[in-house]
Amino acid sequence: MERSPPQSPGPGKAGDAPNRRSGHVRGARVLSPPGRRARLSSPGPSRSSEAREELRRHLVGLIERSRVVIFSKSYCPHSTRVKELFSSLGVECNVLELDQVDDGARVQEVLSEITNQKTVPNIFVNKVHVGGCDQTFQAYQSGLLQKLLQEDLAYDYDLIIIGGGSGGLSCAKEAAILGKKVMVLDFVVPSPQGTSWGLGGTCVNVGCIPKKLMHQAALLGQALCDSRKFGWEYNQQVRHNWETMTKAIQNHISSLNWGYRLSLREKAVAYVNSYGEFVEHHKIKATNKKGQETYYTAAQFVIATGERPRYLGIQGDKEYCITSDDLFSLPYCPGKTLVVGASYVALECAGFLAGFGLDVTVMVRSILLRGFDQEMAEKVGSYMEQHGVKFLRKFIPVMVQQLEKGSPGKLKVLAKSTEGTETIEGVYNTVLLAIGRDSCTRKIGLEKIGVKINEKSGKIPVNDVEQTNVPYVYAVGDILEDKPELTPVAIQSGKLLAQRLFGASLEKIYHTLFWPLEWTVAGRENNTCYAKIICNKFDHDRVIGFHILGPNAGEVTQGFAAAMKCGLTKQLLDDTIGIHPTCGEVFTTLEITKSSGLDITQKGCCG
Amino acid sequence: MEDQAGQRDYDLLVVGGGSGGLACAKEAAQLGRKVAVVDYVEPSPQGTRWGLGGTCVNVGCIPKKLMHQAALLGGLIQDAPNYGWEVAQPVPHDWRKMAEAVQNHVKSLNWGHRVQLQDRKVKYFNIKASFVDEHTVCGVAKGGKEILLSADHIIIATGGRPRYPTHIEGALEYGITSDDIFWLKESPGKTLVVGASYVALECAGFLTGIGLDTTIMMRSIPLRGFDQQMSSMVIEHMASHGTRFLRGCAPSRVRRLPDGQLQVTWEDSTTGKEDTGTFDTVLWAIGRVPDTRSLNLEKAGVDTSPDTQKILVDSREATSVPHIYAIGDVVEGRPELTPIAIMAGRLLVQRLFGGSSDLMDYDNVPTTVFTPLEYGCVGLSEEEAVARHGQEHVEVYHAHYKPLEFTVAGRDASQCYVKMVCLREPPQLVLGLHFLGPNAGEVTQGFALGIKCGASYAQVMRTVGIHPTCSEEVVKLRISKRSGLDPTVTGCCG
Repeated sequence: MERSPPQSPGPGKAGDAPNRRSGHVRGARVLSPPGRRARLSSPGPSRSSEAREELRRHLVGLIERSRVVIFSKSYCPHSTRVKELFSSLGVECNVLELDQVDDGARVQEVLSEITNQKTVPNIFVNKVHVGGCDQTFQAYQSGLLQKLLQEDLAYDYDLIIIGGGSGGLSCAKEAAILGKKVMVLDFVVPSPQGTSWGLGGTCVNVGCIPKKLMHQAALLGQALCDSRKFGWEYNQQVRHNWETMTKAIQNHISSLNWGYRLSLREKAVAYVNSYGEFVEHHKIKATNKKGQETYYTAAQFVIATGERPRYLGIQGDKEYCITSDDLFSLPYCPGKTLVVGASYVALECAGFLAGFGLDVTVMVRSILLRGFDQEMAEKVGSYMEQHGVKFLRKFIPVMVQQLEKGSPGKLKVLAKSTEGTETIEGVYNTVLLAIGRDSCTRKIGLEKIGVKINEKSGKIPVNDVEQTNVPYVYAVGDILEDKPELTPVAIQSGKLLAQRLFGASLEKIYHTLFWPLEWTVAGRENNTCYAKIICNKFDHDRVIGFHILGPNAGEVTQGFAAAMKCGLTKQLLDDTIGIHPTCGEVFTTLEITKSSGLDITQKGCCG
Repeated sequence: MEDQAGQRDYDLLVVGGGSGGLACAKEAAQLGRKVAVVDYVEPSPQGTRWGLGGTCVNVGCIPKKLMHQAALLGGLIQDAPNYGWEVAQPVPHDWRKMAEAVQNHVKSLNWGHRVQLQDRKVKYFNIKASFVDEHTVCGVAKGGKEILLSADHIIIATGGRPRYPTHIEGALEYGITSDDIFWLKESPGKTLVVGASYVALECAGFLTGIGLDTTIMMRSIPLRGFDQQMSSMVIEHMASHGTRFLRGCAPSRVRRLPDGQLQVTWEDSTTGKEDTGTFDTVLWAIGRVPDTRSLNLEKAGVDTSPDTQKILVDSREATSVPHIYAIGDVVEGRPELTPIAIMAGRLLVQRLFGGSSDLMDYDNVPTTVFTPLEYGCVGLSEEEAVARHGQEHVEVYHAHYKPLEFTVAGRDASQCYVKMVCLREPPQLVLGLHFLGPNAGEVTQGFALGIKCGASYAQVMRTVGIHPTCSEEVVKLRISKRSGLDPTVTGCCG
């Protein structure tokens, strides 16, 4: 009569078997007579994903209908303590003893998928996952539990999301598709220079999108130079008009802002253009532009407030400097520009500004592109230097003074060496700070409900399911602590760092210089573009790092990232046929290891 | 026999100095063998000739992609004012300047190949070769001087040349092919391209792009063997960007008019009527024939296909004569692509002299057609996937997307499209990927590896996108054709 499957994962499903942690769970089987056992799911092929899905629906239904659910085991002393706690509070609980139902083991598996908690007891109060025994008692002591119990099910919303950027919006739309009542609060606090923007967050308004469009504008400048060599004829000196470009880019962004509004409306997500901050448990205050305050409640919250550029904290910085928040909608050409910082934001901005023909200097405190492969980072830097960007290494600004007002005006920057007492002075039209970004987590009332943040970084620690220490509050995006900052390159360099830390001899590096075919006729420099892969010698030459410096690097890298996901090895690279003539094909013919020290300049067109 | 073997001139003789032949020669030399390469370019009917390196370098991939780039730059010049660059339009194009720059680059590559052979001590003969017996080749130099070369192993890598129509009056006298177009000193002017191969579409594409009045005449379907939905979108895009199409038409006659223009007569198979038009240039791009006729293969006993004249080989690239091998476009049933010839050549030499037993894998070959809107593909077409696995076992994910660069430039993105052909059964193994858009070659290369690694739809979906690029559209493919939902991508992210 024993119907529940053996508890060790079968060979066919090793990939999705939950990691059961403790021995006592395994031992908790079958003590009561079969006649008493309840079944939670219909019989049938016990491992089929359909049955599993049905069980999941059943559990979610149980959690949604009940005031309190305790997933328990009849002999577990922690479960008993929790049951006693609720009974002392006079609260009736829905208790499911997993050792007394037929498919208790599978219930536990599904529960661990839903909550990332593998042990019992596992407690839900008014749909909120409170956690195990310890968390429940903590919540009781802090008063949160009583608060959760008081709430009847009449919250205004199932989910309120604070922050309408890429993360928040996708979360909102997904929840709405799943039939939830969702609200998004988004409010852009104007930058110190007074810049603000519409719905969509950093990426759309002051990040990836305008950045890549300005990058494209700069590439077009290069293409115009190339085109003469390819037979296109025009004699006049081509000038770049900042206003025309910025207007076109801002028009595109407005259409994207509008598109987001529309898609929220289509999915029946409530959008409020107000600043959200927690005032008490499950309750948020929304303040609009006019200062009017409205209060909303929700069962669950997602914090997706992202980050904003950091200032230096020196005399004159907030008054006279701009950041990436301002640059893309600047109504006038920035002129001679000092970019402070060595992040990718700094280098990208410096790159396209120089591409428009502006005089650009980058002031760098220490290394370029921290966290990225440093050989590649230095190559990026020297390419920029060859193309007219000046670098001031090992200096930090100490004061910014306005010499002249205007559009742009004139600013004097005083900087000091990081290594000695030397100071330098320079005059620029614009100073752009790109020294890092700070999480927007300190002014949203997190302390009112006890959500922990890292006091130093302002980032929010979460568990594997993005849950904060307050069970009903989740967080996504750039504000997460210890989570990779989006780009797969960052993830990869983390792996690389580990490789370097735990044994440099593990890796074999293949590399080559190459000359994009399009650059040959254009007479652009040879021996600039560079490709390298890093392989783990002791894991079948598995490719653990992939780096390319050259045109269309994003388009090239994407597919290889997918291949790395599938366990790419050097052998498979070698077996792959190149697409000729492209830049991507160099990765199929990498032969020279770095340790060989052989010449890597490219000769001929093929092989 | 043993004694004779010791007396032969070379360990390896390579006939043909194209990509495949040169790769073989260099690889064998690196393994310490005594190697010779013979190469000779028979001038085209129009008298065009070129240097060492074969089709790819001289009259194929390289000049083709450079002229494609010239055409793309024309498009970028039109975009530039939208991005703030003050360029007075329209900007005229000078063929001579482009052709000279392209030809100079090709000549530098010819020279590079010579130097590389010298560096590796490979003997190079600029002679026209034919077999005397199964170990000996006779070469005739330009002056008519003959030379005999013998070798233990011989690799035939003579490639192919453009086909001329045989029954069309004036085709040979007045028509040119891809052997000539890249070496023209003067602009071809108003051009008729005959054919529907990728060569035809690519040439017509860049000619249109540099501002020439260009017409393609095709008898039946474009890009036979490629995914037909993608192929028709390629054509749509070209048509909307100024290339004229005469579909279902076949030429019957070419005549030179007194003013020097060419009058072409054709038959329209749908109406059955005859029609004529005048052009400055007629370019035949109706296929290629293997360069085997002058090799005297029968003297060595090497078998060829009676239909195609291509050389028959086994999976080890061996011909009917065990020590004579063939690689590249001259071989029956192989994809005619430079990287295929190179890889097959290297693997062959590794097996001959390097103790390897690795065979060339001809599955999942990626390639890109450099039409104005580029088409990159790897793996099966949708038709082929359905034919092999059945409609009910195939799931196709697709999306119409708009490259970010197109937005500000106000370009039409109707044909920017990506589709992934998968098995329907989880985890939905990827069978093919088809990408229509800018930089398609660069996008496709990495995914070719993914497919080589046995990528599933699930794995591709778990790959983080690189934002904002076109290739991230591949890892965001959520809409299946079967669902019938609108596959148009909106917004910038997610």
